[in-house]
Amino acid sequence: MTPILIVEDLNAYHGLLHAVRGISLRVGSGEVLALVGANGAGKTTLLRSIIGAHPSAQGRIVLMQRDLTALSAYQRVRRGVALVPEGRRLFAELTVEENLMLSRSAGRPGIWNVEAVMDALPQLKAIRNVKARSLSGGQQQATAIGRALMTNPLVLMLDEVSLGLSPAAVDQVYAALHRLKASGTTLILVEQDLGRSLDLANRVACMLEGRIVLQAEAANITRDQITDAYFGVARRHKAED
Amino acid sequence: MVWVNQVAQGVLLGGYYAMVACGLSFMFGVMRVINLAHGSLAVSSAFCLWVIADVYGVSPFLGLFLVVPLLAFVGVVLQRAIIERSMRAGVLVPILSTFGLSIVFDNLLFETFGADTRSLAPFIGDLPYEAWPVYGDIYVGKLAVVTFGCSIVIIGSISVFLSRTQWGRAIRATAQDPDTVAMTGVNPRAMAALAAAIATATAAVAGAFLAIRATFDPYSGAPQLVFAFEAAVIGGVGSLWGTLAGGVLLGVAQSIGAQVNSQGFMIAGHATFLLVLLLRGYLMERYLRFRFEFLTGKR
Amino acid sequence: MQESIYFVTRRTTPAIVGGVAASFLVVLLGMAPLLLSASMLDRLTTLFVYIMLATGWNALAGFAGLVSIGQQLFFGLSAYATIRLSDAGMPVFLAMLASIAVVGAFAVPVSWLMLRLREGEFAIGMWILAELAHFIVNLDGVVQGETGTSLIALATFSAEVRQALIYWTGLASVLTLLGIFLFLIRGKIGLAIQAIRDNEEAAQSLGVETLNAKRTVFLFAAVCAATAGVLWLATAITFQPKTFFGVQWTAYMIFMVLVGGIATFEGTILGALIFFLVELVFGPFGVWYLIGLGASAILFSLVFPRGVWGSVESRLGLDLAAVRYRIRMSKEGGRNGKPS
Repeated sequence: MTPILIVEDLNAYHGLLHAVRGISLRVGSGEVLALVGANGAGKTTLLRSIIGAHPSAQGRIVLMQRDLTALSAYQRVRRGVALVPEGRRLFAELTVEENLMLSRSAGRPGIWNVEAVMDALPQLKAIRNVKARSLSGGQQQATAIGRALMTNPLVLMLDEVSLGLSPAAVDQVYAALHRLKASGTTLILVEQDLGRSLDLANRVACMLEGRIVLQAEAANITRDQITDAYFGVARRHKAED
Repeated sequence: MVWVNQVAQGVLLGGYYAMVACGLSFMFGVMRVINLAHGSLAVSSAFCLWVIADVYGVSPFLGLFLVVPLLAFVGVVLQRAIIERSMRAGVLVPILSTFGLSIVFDNLLFETFGADTRSLAPFIGDLPYEAWPVYGDIYVGKLAVVTFGCSIVIIGSISVFLSRTQWGRAIRATAQDPDTVAMTGVNPRAMAALAAAIATATAAVAGAFLAIRATFDPYSGAPQLVFAFEAAVIGGVGSLWGTLAGGVLLGVAQSIGAQVNSQGFMIAGHATFLLVLLLRGYLMERYLRFRFEFLTGKR
Repeated sequence: MQESIYFVTRRTTPAIVGGVAASFLVVLLGMAPLLLSASMLDRLTTLFVYIMLATGWNALAGFAGLVSIGQQLFFGLSAYATIRLSDAGMPVFLAMLASIAVVGAFAVPVSWLMLRLREGEFAIGMWILAELAHFIVNLDGVVQGETGTSLIALATFSAEVRQALIYWTGLASVLTLLGIFLFLIRGKIGLAIQAIRDNEEAAQSLGVETLNAKRTVFLFAAVCAATAGVLWLATAITFQPKTFFGVQWTAYMIFMVLVGGIATFEGTILGALIFFLVELVFGPFGVWYLIGLGASAILFSLVFPRGVWGSVESRLGLDLAAVRYRIRMSKEGGRNGKPS
């Protein structure tokens, strides 16, 4: 498997707190990696550091053999990383379509345009000219995913996509993610809902206190093993893939 | 009839105020920055145009083709060197640094050009002196109408730019959340610089009309800034068409005030501004109280 | 971790030294009219005016987070009120005192209006209010428009007596205002306004009466500017609306506070002293002097936002006015312990 994304010795801080501690990670093309761990384990900081949105991050990021380390966030997006940020972070005063269109600034050619996003996320069709501030949580999440897709990313990272959504909305979002996986998109997923993320992922990495303490193929791992790692009980089982 | 005439003149004067104010309002609404050097930049543009006209004999309207890009460039430098840095230090710091900048600009102009008042009116033929009859003995100056028209064109273009173009959307998004906008591949620093360039470019045009319709001197920047700020706040900061309405209201108030008393021009303008603030604050408070009572079931 | 006992205190050695030195200086300044020439006295009075201006603006911007470009409103109005009251027959020194009170009272309704505004709107709103006051004052026949008028009543004193009286008034006022300033920033209101400056919403949710604290500081700043205006009129004698309502007064305040050190007590005085010396040395350069002032305002706000005193303080931990609380340990070796 040739890795599409390589992270080497990544460190990041929140003030004095060492939030991400020397993480190295390889993600293969078309792979779906689920990052799990308790609140405060450093998952969100890791994603933000990969895309260049966390100012204090140090470490090497390589995407398709191109070193992104020295680039700022918007340049990394133009090279093909995208993030659906925690809490959606839509532009409230812009309409759904305008939110999507923004991502054309990434200037990356590919299959994703407004119509393709509307087909992939059909719940957006009826609200394309509605301002983002008046959307429901599920609609906002769909728009945020669409906005990230519009950059035609090589690697799409999603942070807590099901947080605060109704079960029906979560189903819709995950249906779309399964279709993305089937189309060969590389995904990194941060998710509290273990069942759903295990269902989608090829591989699982469990984070504890800024480190990856367990990495395994999703098929070869039990929920108990993950739960142990989650709470730092069983560091011995550290599995390599 | 005198009063109707004053109102008509006031409306047209408002067009000029909207032109000075739109750049200020745009910067405040979009980038959350009050650029206190805005008036001084307009006056700098007036001096540039005067030099071009007086020394090289080029019409100020042609001179704008040089001065508008020049001031847009100044805007980029201003954004990168001063505003961006001071915004990092806190919301109030840009007020201080741009105020310092206006002092530097005004006095550099004074050092270079001295205290003489100047005007561009002699360089543009008969436009400043001609008028169209409207009704009875009401006349509107051609220059005032041209100014008003230009103001509408500028505000209209910026509005269309903001709502219809990729860069316009990117500027609006940057204003809301510069961190997240980077995740769509937009360079937020470039968009802030573009916004600053647009604002200072409008100041260049406003400077031209300032210098054509009246006289100016190195210290004319401060009053222009005050009028611009009044128009912007009356109309609702950040709303471009609101700024035009605010400019018109200010112009009418001043024009009527001037008819009453020689000091009335300034007093009526400032008083209108403060009244609008007072009224808006009062209405806001009433609205919030009503909402509170409504939500807590007391109404 | 070793056993250690913590004290929270403001009384540091430099603060005690500072207090003693200040008392000496005050006694010395009090005797100045007996020792110094007339022109030196005038200059010292000018310095007092600068200190008052800086104090008010620093309280407003540094401690309450309210940047105003319109403090000349109070400066000009109190000078005008002195002219008016004296013209109506009030003894001149009483008129000066009464004017400060009148302007202080006037600042109350002004605060109702202006404190609704936020940040930049407040800054320029104050400026516009000052302009409005300027033009309304121009309407008064006594002032004779921009020509202005003089505080003739002062001519009844001989030059020497007048200068000494004004000097002592200035000294007494500046000491009083600095005393109030210190009281404000060391007291409950000081804590409240610093909490507001750091995070207004959080302060509100903790029950800090943000509006009252802000209003107190606003009124204090108004009285500072009003007192300065009255004293400036007393030394200059002539009242020209354009000069007294000029925005340059606020420019001076900004310069003094930014250079001296925003949100520090000592920096206020230091900034006024620096401005006083800068004006003495570079004032004759006219326009270039003003360009230098503007440039230093930019430089300090961008590069040294804490000003001269702020830098000194953070490097040496000095606190001459005993404003900040410190944690001290009873024993050495408590380094590993987290003071809590």
